[in-house]
Amino acid sequence: MIRDITLGQYFPGKSWVHRLDPRIKIIATLVYIAALFVAHDFLGILIAVGALAMVIAISRVPLSFMLRGLKPIFLIILFTFVLNLFMIPGKVMARIWILTITEEGLYMAFFMAARLILLIIGSSLLTLTTKPMSLTDGIESLLSPFRKLGVPAHELAMMMTIALRFIPTLLEETDKIMKAQQARGADFESGNIIRRAKSLIPILVPLFISAFRIAQELAMAMEARCYRGGKYRTRMNAMKLEARDFAALILMILFLAGMIAERILL
Amino acid sequence: MSIQVNNITHIYSEGLPHQSIALDDVSFCAEDGQFIGIIGHTGSGKSTLVQHLNGLLKPKSGSILVSGTDITAPEVVMRDIRRKIGLVFQYPEYQLFEETVEKDVAFGPANLGLDEVEIQARVKEAIELVGLDYEEIRKRSPFDLSGGQKRRVAIAGVIAMKPEVLILDEPTAGLDPRAHRDVLTMIETVHAHENNIIFLVSHNMNDIARLSDKILVMDGGRLALQGSPHEVFSREETLISLGLSLPEPAKLINMARQKGIPAEGTVLTVEDAEEALYQFLKKD
Ligand SMILES: Nc1ncnc2c1ncn2[C@@H]1O[C@H](COP(=O)(O)OP(=O)(O)OP(=O)(O)O)[C@@H](O)[C@H]1O
Ligand SMILES: [Mg+2]
Repeated sequence: MIRDITLGQYFPGKSWVHRLDPRIKIIATLVYIAALFVAHDFLGILIAVGALAMVIAISRVPLSFMLRGLKPIFLIILFTFVLNLFMIPGKVMARIWILTITEEGLYMAFFMAARLILLIIGSSLLTLTTKPMSLTDGIESLLSPFRKLGVPAHELAMMMTIALRFIPTLLEETDKIMKAQQARGADFESGNIIRRAKSLIPILVPLFISAFRIAQELAMAMEARCYRGGKYRTRMNAMKLEARDFAALILMILFLAGMIAERILL
Repeated sequence: MSIQVNNITHIYSEGLPHQSIALDDVSFCAEDGQFIGIIGHTGSGKSTLVQHLNGLLKPKSGSILVSGTDITAPEVVMRDIRRKIGLVFQYPEYQLFEETVEKDVAFGPANLGLDEVEIQARVKEAIELVGLDYEEIRKRSPFDLSGGQKRRVAIAGVIAMKPEVLILDEPTAGLDPRAHRDVLTMIETVHAHENNIIFLVSHNMNDIARLSDKILVMDGGRLALQGSPHEVFSREETLISLGLSLPEPAKLINMARQKGIPAEGTVLTVEDAEEALYQFLKKD
């Protein structure tokens, strides 16, 4: 069902990873992504796998849940794999019809697919262990130094918060409307492409109307509680770095240093 | 037409940390011409239950036999089931989408593959049945109507399909007393007219007591009680512990009894109460 999409979803928990400061987690994710691009051989990838496995184990998010998030992007991974497999020139290993597989191609195909999978799992770990609200708080705080350059940090974060907040609501709404129209005999599965596109109208029209209604209600509710922009706003839960955040920071630096050393020395 | 529900169980978001057991081993049956009331506090699984009856949700286990065919089997054609079993959702006004009221009501019948003349006739009949002026309203946009009018148009959209089983999920929630009465009168008219099976989900004990042949009481996904209105409403303590209550006339007579006024039998409707009090006064 439409609600079972896990990408960008939060997995409730109280683990050490869940309780880290969101700013640290965002930086850690960026560092991890950078490190994946530092790696240039399988030893590098192996270190990255080890580090990620450790963090996943600590976070106690079931592996099956993380792998489910890979399903929607499976095609992209497959595409990358196949493209690399056949397109890299080098020592020929096998020929299939007009296509050739080279040793270098095979190596690159596995390497790129592994990198892509790690990239996706690594970044989904961030959203799985961080509540959307703290995620946007973290982004706002990290962006605030750029406010002097005219970056509207608070407004950006607010927009993200609202968007994230309403994804489940809109999914739920879509689900409800689809069922209501199915109950009136609507058929979304059969027919050619034009018929199918047409059959979406009974879903899209009520969905847009709902979205506008929800937006208007939200705007009114915010107004009624005297919301006004970012300036002079203080927070109920101020973010404060704790010992575990510094520990995470040190681990992160060690990891990045290890990855760089592996690339330069080996 | 008969519906037989055997031991169905439904779990939302199974396997996730926030999974919830919305239905737990529910069994009951409904026969031709029966009016079935479904009550239960908020979140007790009423909406989940009725969505199983026309195949919008599939149970995790158990079976649902509609005139002997198991609609949970993978090979049944859902369209045929939904043609026979009409479901009016909670807040159905949010499903309106056409430019005119007429076209919106025609959506269901058109999906049944009926011809133009038949569709027109059914649309007119359904709009009049829900108490709207056909000529006046047919060309108006459904989005310009009041909340109560929208609700009626949405209900007309399902009635126009002439289902053999009509399920209404809280059709009167949020309506004013007049619209509330109109919608119920309309349901009674449809029931008398088509002699179909009706399932009515409602929080209004008076309506349920007055209209139902059989009542299903839901609690935390389980079927806590089932039986005739007399059987169900004679269990006052159980109902109160489930967050429900007796119909107002029954409460009145209970109060009268406490004041020492004897009144015979179980009282469910205003007429029952009137009769009981009349008998008492006559004796004096
Ligand atoms: N789509 C869904 N996904 C997950 N859980 C759901 C979903 N729909 C309902 N639930 C849960 O299932 C339970 C039963 O919900 P249901 O909507 O059937 O209750 P209800 O009796 O109709 O309540 P109400 O009187 O408020 O309409 C609730 O605990 C609810 O939180
Ligand atoms: Mg409900």
